Amino acid sequence: MAFELPALPYAFNALEPHIDAKTMEIHHGKHHNAYVTNLNNADLMANISKYPAAIRNNGGGHWNHSLFWQIMGPNGGGEPKGELALAINGAFGSFDNFKKEFANAGATRFGSGWAWLSVDANKNLFKGTPILGMDVWEHAYYLHYQNRRPDYIAAFWSVVNWEEVNNRFKKAIGG
Amino acid sequence: MILDEELFKRKANLSSIDKMFRTLSQRVWPSRTVVVRQKHTLPDLPYDYNALEPVISAEIMQLHHQKHHQTYVNSLNQAEEKFMEAKEKNDLKTMIALTPQLRFNGGGHINHSILWQNYFPKGGEPEGDLLKAIDANFGSFDTMKNGLSSSAVSLQGSGWTWLGYNKSTNSLAIATCANQDPLEPTTGLVPLLGIDVWEHAYYLQYKSVRADYVKNIFKIINWKDVADRLATARQ
Repeated sequence: MAFELPALPYAFNALEPHIDAKTMEIHHGKHHNAYVTNLNNADLMANISKYPAAIRNNGGGHWNHSLFWQIMGPNGGGEPKGELALAINGAFGSFDNFKKEFANAGATRFGSGWAWLSVDANKNLFKGTPILGMDVWEHAYYLHYQNRRPDYIAAFWSVVNWEEVNNRFKKAIGG
Repeated sequence: MILDEELFKRKANLSSIDKMFRTLSQRVWPSRTVVVRQKHTLPDLPYDYNALEPVISAEIMQLHHQKHHQTYVNSLNQAEEKFMEAKEKNDLKTMIALTPQLRFNGGGHINHSILWQNYFPKGGEPEGDLLKAIDANFGSFDTMKNGLSSSAVSLQGSGWTWLGYNKSTNSLAIATCANQDPLEPTTGLVPLLGIDVWEHAYYLQYKSVRADYVKNIFKIINWKDVADRLATARQ
């Protein structure tokens, strides 16, 4: 998700004698590179909601879907383990109850949106850094499930990559 | 006494049935107030499911009408039922908690009931007073179409784009509403023509290319219906 310094389409000395090679090297490798580094450090995505609509909607869409592809996988399903499992049991009583509430959040969302499981630095689930997301915009399921969103939600559990969710959990709690 | 209220209503005039029930109920239980609540029902389409092809597929029309709109109707009836029960118990908290469901499902019912009338297999163009109003407010029909289209295409998430009528200024306007928020209760504008941009309205056929769906929709608009709505609003 990071911005990258684009390569020059020619060598540093290619614009000589008009612009010297040394200038090109420092201008590109230091100045431009610093802009890229600082832009990445500004963590636009973390604050994407504060921007005007076009940036918020598309930046948000980019961020959300980037997470979505990662937390799903071909060998998905099963259950979370370790600290994540403990946190889920603590907050929801059981994994089954968590699934029920998460599914309900997705099913009862009016119109377009997402269901999220998030965690803060104190391991409290509910608010903070998203670690698991489920897209319930109609485009996420309509071709196969049409209006039957609950069927899509039931199937979603079979593709959740709990190892990835766990990795995000550990990172979010500062592990 | 058992009377099949729904069966009667399907075959007869509603208000006279309503009166009949009230009279009957007063004779049978003179001391009891019977509230005859008329349930909302799914309106029939004025054309076959395949009539709007190739602009909108029969598959979409059937799902949209029989599944999506029917669900709004069923959920609205359920929400109203709960609302009435809460009202009878003076349970204001529950009444308030139900308002999002009334808005969502009631709006869905209102919006789709208009939508089915807004479509017409043979399409056409606006004329007469409607065209005059369009020209006066937008300069030309094409300008209005472009405005309505770009509004529909750029709407984020689920919602509707409307051509609406402002009673106080006697003018037309383009407005958008999120989810199933109904135009008139939300903005005061009277709905004339709606474009449903929920993905279920086009996805099976157009996939992510909403722009193509919006472009094609103008081929099947019932401009007479739009004109009638304007005329009614102006009365």
